[in-house]
Amino acid sequence: MEILVCVKRVPDPAENEISIGPDGGDIERDDLVYSVNEWDNYAVEEAVRIAERTGGNVTIVSVDDDEGEEVVRRQMAMGASQGLLLTDEAFEGSDGLGTATILAAAAKNGTYDLILTGAQADDGAAQVGGMLAALLDWPYASVVNLVETNSDGPLRIGREIDGGSQEINEIETPCVLSIQTGINEPRYVGVRGIRKVASIELPVMDAEALGISAETVGTAGAKVRRVDYFVPEQRAAAEMIEGSTEEIADRIVDLLRAQGGIR
Amino acid sequence: MDDAMVQRPFSPASATIAGIPADLLFLLVTLVGVGVFAWVIWRRLEPLRRARPDPRLSRIPERLVMVLKYWLAQWRQPRYMLAGVLHIVVFFGFLVLAIRATELVLLGIFEGFEMPGLGGGLGAAYHVVKDYAATAVFVAVVILAVRRGLFRPARYAVPEKLGKDHTPEALLVLGLIGTLMVSESIFEASLFAAGAGSGHATALTLTWAFERLLSGTEVPALASVNLAAYAVHDVTFFAFLCLLPFGKHFHVVTSLFSVFFMRLETGTVKPVLHGVPDADLDHLESFGVKTFEDFTWKHMLDFYSCVDCGRCSDRCPANRVGRPLSPRFVSIKARDYAFEHYPAFRRSAAEPSPLMGGIYGEDEIWSCTTCGACEEECPLGIEYIDKIVDLRRGMVDDGNVPQSLQKPLASLEKRGNPWGKLEKKRAEWATGNGSGTPVKLVENGETAGTLYFVDSITAYDDRMQNIARATARILARADVDFVVIGTAEKDSGNDVRRFGEEMLFQVLKEENTESIRAAEAQRIVVSDPHTLNTLRHDYDHIPPVHHVSELIADAVACGELTLKPMTDPSKAYTYHDPCYLGRHNGSYEAPRRALDGIPGLRRVEMEGNCRDRAFCCGGGGLMLFYEPEEEQRMGVVRVQQAREAGADVIVTACPYCLTNIEDAIKVAGLEGEMEALDLVELIDGQLEREVEAPDLVELIDGQLEQPQT
Repeated sequence: MEILVCVKRVPDPAENEISIGPDGGDIERDDLVYSVNEWDNYAVEEAVRIAERTGGNVTIVSVDDDEGEEVVRRQMAMGASQGLLLTDEAFEGSDGLGTATILAAAAKNGTYDLILTGAQADDGAAQVGGMLAALLDWPYASVVNLVETNSDGPLRIGREIDGGSQEINEIETPCVLSIQTGINEPRYVGVRGIRKVASIELPVMDAEALGISAETVGTAGAKVRRVDYFVPEQRAAAEMIEGSTEEIADRIVDLLRAQGGIR
Repeated sequence: MDDAMVQRPFSPASATIAGIPADLLFLLVTLVGVGVFAWVIWRRLEPLRRARPDPRLSRIPERLVMVLKYWLAQWRQPRYMLAGVLHIVVFFGFLVLAIRATELVLLGIFEGFEMPGLGGGLGAAYHVVKDYAATAVFVAVVILAVRRGLFRPARYAVPEKLGKDHTPEALLVLGLIGTLMVSESIFEASLFAAGAGSGHATALTLTWAFERLLSGTEVPALASVNLAAYAVHDVTFFAFLCLLPFGKHFHVVTSLFSVFFMRLETGTVKPVLHGVPDADLDHLESFGVKTFEDFTWKHMLDFYSCVDCGRCSDRCPANRVGRPLSPRFVSIKARDYAFEHYPAFRRSAAEPSPLMGGIYGEDEIWSCTTCGACEEECPLGIEYIDKIVDLRRGMVDDGNVPQSLQKPLASLEKRGNPWGKLEKKRAEWATGNGSGTPVKLVENGETAGTLYFVDSITAYDDRMQNIARATARILARADVDFVVIGTAEKDSGNDVRRFGEEMLFQVLKEENTESIRAAEAQRIVVSDPHTLNTLRHDYDHIPPVHHVSELIADAVACGELTLKPMTDPSKAYTYHDPCYLGRHNGSYEAPRRALDGIPGLRRVEMEGNCRDRAFCCGGGGLMLFYEPEEEQRMGVVRVQQAREAGADVIVTACPYCLTNIEDAIKVAGLEGEMEALDLVELIDGQLEREVEAPDLVELIDGQLEQPQT
């Protein structure tokens, strides 16, 4: 199975102190270190496992500037044989649809049976996977937490439904799946793993190579624009429960029941 | 000699059994016994021939000292007194009786054979000694059998999932040894009873007892007893010999070699592959131990030498708190693997199978805190840390790393510390601390004779920053001109290396080495024993490294630091030895001397659990992030030990120990009753704050002498 996995380079909150920048339009990006979006990491691991079962190749693709190479290589080190970096000044400032447009062009450029994305990224928009599927006119399943392959025929996929229920679907290939965290335990990639893939050639494609007209993507093509960015004011909503251990436990159970945490 | 021979009324070599000359039969037994033994040993060496290299022929004089100390003098045996003393009896009995056993074997083939040199007076003396040796061994064997069979010490128990109890094997061997002692004595006694030789058996020996039992028996009957005793001894001897390489008693053969080749250093970790310099590591196909054949030959020899005595696991903190690790079974399972895959009488298994998920579990191998208690205890110096690290290297190479460790490892790579804290905040502890101690920074172009390498936890953790500040104040008070690297300092990587991430360690080491050299200091001082260990043993070409406790002890001793008396002399203090300061670096006394330098401080020891037997607090470095399966926290066990010793305050000298012990005091519900402190915090609190009159004069004098600027 030929699998394309779309990954995004994001500032990892575990390795950064995130604060809002002075102009209020974005976070402070000085001193940030970047890593792969956590959901994408699970998607890559799942793709590598599928390829290990069924044969075929995994390709890692990212829309980024030159800085994106490190993340693409790190993800390749998990077991992907190819990488692809989509870079063009015209891509900067793309909204979800713009990013999906760029990725769709890259997908059409190859022959893939399956495209995986993370369920969402740092901005929590969770839109690129669905848009990519629509642009390709492929079926799409979101928040996938299980993928089973058959020798031929549709994939069996699991999805987590609100409230903890599990749904199993069959989905025809080619298709796009957005992957939920927890679907697997991603393997570790250390310094050694990255060095091993350091010599693999990483193709870079720009708008022209992808056949995209610059005005459909990037800031020029963006139809969604961020106008503000702030940390909401904290409200003093914490309730301190007092009493004996049993009283506290009873009160917590009542609260959880009332708020729908348990049934 | 000839006279003695003539006097013998019977001898096994001249007897016949079922019409066949007995000397022929005994020759056959000997040839078969020696042949089978030699073959099995040859087969046992096969995995060692396929193993990874491990150069162990350096420093021969030191190795010979090891042999004298650990093998001949049985140095570590009395750490477990009863078993140890009994073992010493059997060991020396064996050494003495080896000569007699050889003589006996040849006596059945060559009529009247006598060991060269053991005629005359020396021979007579030897006979007295060997009779007592045999008797002592017999008594020891009986006690051992009763102990093993009836009292069943807990440390010999085999958990259900790890197979059958090993008691039958132990009893079988004890039975064989007992049989050897008895049959040799009966053989000897029958000769005395028949009036052969001179006089009587040595009093109060087995031979003496059997001589009395056999006295009055007719000579033909004695001849039969003599022949039977000889035959039983001969067959038992070779059965025992050939049985040795099939179980834990292989150590009778291998222990001498294991001890000779044992590690001579503590605190070190073996290179990924001996003979491959760090710079060439990138070219290696595979890292660490993934299959049995990836172990070094010495590590395989260790597996053969393991006596299954359970001392390692008895002292292993991971085993104690119910983690899925028992060092004893790290060896036993590998030995069983070797016996199964390299059988003595069949062809070797063609394909090596992976160890992880086979004989070892992931949690088992991640459970080790590398505290070194097992290695300190093993009477034969069997190595565990290197094996654990090699197995971890294999897992890291396969990407098989617990999720709980992946984040801190990624942060170490990106930010140089496991929490992902910003580099620019690494020296923040030194600024605005209100201590009034200015701290020089290498990044400001400052240099000094002493470099204080702070390391991650002490630099970033709010609580542990106290250790950094206290260290800075103590150094200043002791007139030590020191400098700190600052934002360029990275985690020293002690535990990165010991968790198997060798290449990340190499990156950290390279960056730190550069910063350390830029400081141009003549020595390095650390407050974290993990830092001490890795800088001292894993880094190259950097100045000598000292733990701050050594400096304090010396400064107190020579009066450079004066300490106030304790305000509350009723409190009892106990010192918890950090594994990486004590066991791995042999520093037990300096911290105690420093503590004893505080007037009025009452110090108690956690007897039986201190110094080289200190119980690990739970482990440092990445172990803080690992989520093990366990029934109890190690720190809680440690706090209980301190409480049993009557301590109110646990003083340690390691930020990780402090973290774990402070947590454990809370978990144990002893908050308010017990407290934990770092040595530097305690010393800092006892520093004389006001400058006394003589110092003031010196200070003024000093200022006057300084050139005016």
